[in-house]
Amino acid sequence: MELKEKLVSSFIAFENQISLDNPFVHCMRTEALSRFESQGFPEKKDEAWKYTSLKKVLKEDFSVFAKTEQALEYKDVQPYFIHDIDSYKIVFVDGKYASHLSQTTHDGIDICLMSYALEKPKYRSVIENYFNKIAEQNSLTSLNTAFVNEGAYIHITKNKLVEKPIQIIHFSTGNEAALLLQPRNLIVVDENAQVQIIERHQSLTSNPTLTNCVTEIFAAKRGIIDYYKVQNDRQNASLIDSTYIDQGRESHVSVHTFSFGGKLTRNNLNFYQNGEYMDSTLKGVTIIGNKQHVDHNTLVHHIEPNCESHQDYKGIFSDSSVGVFNGKVLVDKEAQKTNAFQSNNNLLVNDKATINSKPQLEIFADDVKCSHGCTIGQLDDNAMFYLRARGIPEKEAKALLMYAFANNVLESVKIPQLKNRINKLIAKKLGVNIGFDL
Amino acid sequence: MLKITNLHAHIDEKSILKGINLDIKAGEVHAIMGPNGSGKSTLASVIAGKEEYEVDKGEIKLEGQNIDELSVEERAHKGIFLSFQYPVEIPGVTVTNFMKTSLNETRKAKGLDDMPAKEMLKLIREKSELLEIDRKFLSRSLNQGFSGGEKKRNEIFQMAMLEPKLAILDETDSGLDIDALRIVANGVNKLKSKDNAVVIITHYQRLLDYIVPDFVHVLYNGKIVKSGSKELAFELEEKGYDWIKQEAGN
Repeated sequence: MELKEKLVSSFIAFENQISLDNPFVHCMRTEALSRFESQGFPEKKDEAWKYTSLKKVLKEDFSVFAKTEQALEYKDVQPYFIHDIDSYKIVFVDGKYASHLSQTTHDGIDICLMSYALEKPKYRSVIENYFNKIAEQNSLTSLNTAFVNEGAYIHITKNKLVEKPIQIIHFSTGNEAALLLQPRNLIVVDENAQVQIIERHQSLTSNPTLTNCVTEIFAAKRGIIDYYKVQNDRQNASLIDSTYIDQGRESHVSVHTFSFGGKLTRNNLNFYQNGEYMDSTLKGVTIIGNKQHVDHNTLVHHIEPNCESHQDYKGIFSDSSVGVFNGKVLVDKEAQKTNAFQSNNNLLVNDKATINSKPQLEIFADDVKCSHGCTIGQLDDNAMFYLRARGIPEKEAKALLMYAFANNVLESVKIPQLKNRINKLIAKKLGVNIGFDL
Repeated sequence: MLKITNLHAHIDEKSILKGINLDIKAGEVHAIMGPNGSGKSTLASVIAGKEEYEVDKGEIKLEGQNIDELSVEERAHKGIFLSFQYPVEIPGVTVTNFMKTSLNETRKAKGLDDMPAKEMLKLIREKSELLEIDRKFLSRSLNQGFSGGEKKRNEIFQMAMLEPKLAILDETDSGLDIDALRIVANGVNKLKSKDNAVVIITHYQRLLDYIVPDFVHVLYNGKIVKSGSKELAFELEEKGYDWIKQEAGN
């Protein structure tokens, strides 16, 4: 059976199984399912999917939910956490909440589970005000909404500064021959509140997994959110990650995406600026090889005046890897005095690697500063000679130059332990044993 | 130390070195002078192993060993150091991190462990003082936004850190004001010993007032057309290169 048919036919069983009695959510699910049913999975003929085909990924016989529960010991998965800092943790194993690996709270703020928030009456107003409000109605996000059940629910109340970062980690154990996961996160940051979040999806075996993750983020007036996505999954793991962010006046939201692994990764990142005097930051480092594929699809929608957006994506592609950058900046007629910057720089390490870069600017206001730049290049021969003449071997010299190329994206990572981890992941990815930081 | 015999090299089908012979012994300072385009920088690059140049004939021996087949980094590990005429700017790599990587990779090649961080910092402090380099400078990106003088001082700082057997200073004096020139020359003089050798490639005699050469060679049209003592440098300063060109033409 095709995956689409399998999903549609298992919907009733799914709703029965989770026995959630919330008519509001049930209604959204049913509507979302019919949208998915009519649209189907995106295909290459869809403009937004021109350079990324899901065909190969979708041919696996995915289980729509895990049949058995698999216990994981912390010591076995510790390397996937940023373990040298105190943090809140929301951890899932094969889509199910793993309480013994997690550290949640309801103490003035809520750092807990989506299933809990969907079920408990006291969260009903937040769910009704925020859930599925900014997520697009496209097929994949609709599919996620139809099967919404589990994920992270984070609500930071007014004036609260969350002092430790929150780590959201989804493990898949390979207990199923092939597993489809559809986590759904809702993050609401009230006025003047602040939070840092690290998100990771990690497969623990070579069994295929496909994660179709949707996150909705709301930053109210003067809210500050720093969000980090660490994507370094195994060769048979694919991820479609859709993140929708609604920002209020004077808020600051940044999203850093580090894509170093996985079979196919598609990042949809949409910012909607609903208010004045705010800024949005979108940064990414992609370093891939083999036949890996990473697609960044971004949108920044400037709706009101006096706002800024900064996009900086760096990509390093070797072997037969494929990169896609599709960055759209939309400036409404009312959004005067907008400053929007976008840059996408790429290094192709050999002849077989490919990058498709497509910046799009749609500007309807007349008093704005918008710039975009895209470069595709190779490592500088003179720089290579210089480093090698100082005794740094070719491989290490290449790695150093690649690191330097990506460095300005890393500079803005605000959690030192995370930055340190990313540095190590980069060194490992480039196959060298040199410290980049001193 | 370094013995070059009948060296011929070309790049992009253009023959540049046309039979160089040079014998440099430990403890000596050699100056190679010559008009623009005579092949001075090419000679430096070929000794350092730059792959764009192809050696057609002849050989280069370092301490009796033929280095033709060695890569750029292997030559560096064996103690060849090239101070660049145009040091490359590398944003995102700090001077300190670069130096640390360079020194530790050189140690690794010799079968040594990484230098302990504390020792490394001490060495960096010591050598940067020798070149009167400000501490803040060390955490800046390599050569990025450095003035001409800062770049050259940074090159000699690297030389001080790596303690090469053979240092080739390619136009190190160009772009230096008199103070920077003195600092650089002073650094080189302090690093000079009976166990190493220095080759100074220069267009002018100016640097040679500070670093006194034992031998001066004139390179013209890919060949060494004249060798002599330091007095030859004065003669060139006074008379220019035209008489050399004429002599070579005859």
